[in-house]
Amino acid sequence: MSALAHDGLAMTGRQLRRVRNTPGLAVLTQLMPINMLLFFGYVFGSALAMPGREYRSFLVPGLLVATAAGGLMNGMFQAAADTHRGVMDRFRTMPVSRAAVPLGQAVADLVVTTLGTIPLLLVGLAVGWRIEGGALDAVGALGLLLLFRFACTCVGMHLGLLTRSEDAAGQLGASSFVLPLLSDAYIPTDNLPGWLRTIAEWNPISAVTTALRDLFGNAPVPRGAAWPVAHPVAGSLAWSLALVAVFLPLAVRRYSRGG
Amino acid sequence: MTTTYAVLSEGLEKRFGAVHALRGLDLAVAGGTVCGLLGPNGAGKTTAVRLLTTLLRPDGGSARVAGRDLVREPAAVRSRIAVTGQYASVDGDLTGRENLRLFARLHRVRGPAARAGELLEGFGLTEAADRRASTYSGGMRRRLDLAASLVRRPDVLFLDEPTTGLDPASRHHIHRAVRKLRADGTTVLLTTQYLEEADQLADDIALVDRGRVAHTGSPAELKALIGSYAEAVVADPDALAKAAAVLDQLTSKEPVLDRARNAVGAVTTDPTLTLPRLVRELDAAGVPLLDASLRQPTLDDVFLRLTGQPGAASVDSKEPVT
Repeated sequence: MSALAHDGLAMTGRQLRRVRNTPGLAVLTQLMPINMLLFFGYVFGSALAMPGREYRSFLVPGLLVATAAGGLMNGMFQAAADTHRGVMDRFRTMPVSRAAVPLGQAVADLVVTTLGTIPLLLVGLAVGWRIEGGALDAVGALGLLLLFRFACTCVGMHLGLLTRSEDAAGQLGASSFVLPLLSDAYIPTDNLPGWLRTIAEWNPISAVTTALRDLFGNAPVPRGAAWPVAHPVAGSLAWSLALVAVFLPLAVRRYSRGG
Repeated sequence: MTTTYAVLSEGLEKRFGAVHALRGLDLAVAGGTVCGLLGPNGAGKTTAVRLLTTLLRPDGGSARVAGRDLVREPAAVRSRIAVTGQYASVDGDLTGRENLRLFARLHRVRGPAARAGELLEGFGLTEAADRRASTYSGGMRRRLDLAASLVRRPDVLFLDEPTTGLDPASRHHIHRAVRKLRADGTTVLLTTQYLEEADQLADDIALVDRGRVAHTGSPAELKALIGSYAEAVVADPDALAKAAAVLDQLTSKEPVLDRARNAVGAVTTDPTLTLPRLVRELDAAGVPLLDASLRQPTLDDVFLRLTGQPGAASVDSKEPVT
């Protein structure tokens, strides 16, 4: 276990140094959700039943979670790109813990995500979003957000190692854009037709978004929703932990098998 | 004295779908020696290295590397080997120094930063140390690859085509490093397309052909199998027949005429045939001799004879005798 911690830490350092050496990508990634906040918040917000500022408060948690769900695409892309790097084979011929590389990637991603969330939160504050609940609840909300990000990264890494192709990762990544659209991240699900509402409410993004809105005190838990949304904190934990439990071991196994 | 083998494989098999890449590879590399794995593209050299370095699992056969069983103790093998090659390389997004520090840390070397500094210095990379490895030239990149393999001294070092496509200065650098490693007791298994490189560096050569080791021996032994080429260049075309008769007698092989150059030559495996003797006999027979030579065969010749295919470097270096 201590070998895994040692190697995992070294691999986390590797990923963080790579981000530092190529900072442009990280900056661009952060601009996307901010643009969406301004675009959705002012353009769509004016057409919805919710008044503008209320919608923007509703939207910020949704965008936080949608961005976290981007871990799917990011994890996939990085893992697929990594399989073509000669350095992976060097790692495989070294006495390094098999789980260190995937774990290092996911942990480094968490560090980057944590820092990357700050600009979105600041812009959110500027357009009227507030933490309206307790401080402890807010910390809990951020914890749930990061756990969800970690889970999405695990799923992404496994898919990336499976396809081994950056092109495929790009295509799948582009289509993963619809996942938050099929959830309550941008709109309330109450008005959706029954079957669509069921799908949206069983989308893990909905559970986490609802939990964040609840813990930040931005919006109440909707009535009559499916279980993960009706019990958003438990639902978020269950979704995230289940995804990690299934996909992290799969990613580790994929990685050790190599090519 | 019994020889300890750093690499010992018996009947290694590997299939990729319908392709039978290795068909029972038997390889024995004595500890502390440099072994050159030579063969045409597709012969199975790289597959052999990937198996022996735990990157692939064999479908059959067995092997011990650095005294450990390849299949049952891959972790123990990994802690005793290092690999540099077309595939096992460095992270292009990290600087040279960051790469070496990472590998030193993963190998639990004390003072990873100091070790990285030492290696950068030793491989002439100090100036480029803080640039991303992806900006390195081919030669610098290969030197960094090799340095990365040496953060902790391995028992067995695998070099897969370490100098393919490199300029002479970088090749020289790599050759010097290999000689130094051998002097320090590291066993080196080298695959190469350059017969000349194997000739210069290897104690033993294993010729790989169609997934098997076709022949093993020292470069000198392999050349002795082929024999030398005795040749006489005469002043007058009418003397060719006389010279051919002398060569026929000396070598017991059919002499080959090259009328364009007024030359005649024959292959000989007779160790008592020296150049002075060749000249004396031709002179005694009254041959108007302009030039005489007794050329050692190159590994290209060996390669061609033993596998029926020219080596990669042989295409323009061969002198056709017609």
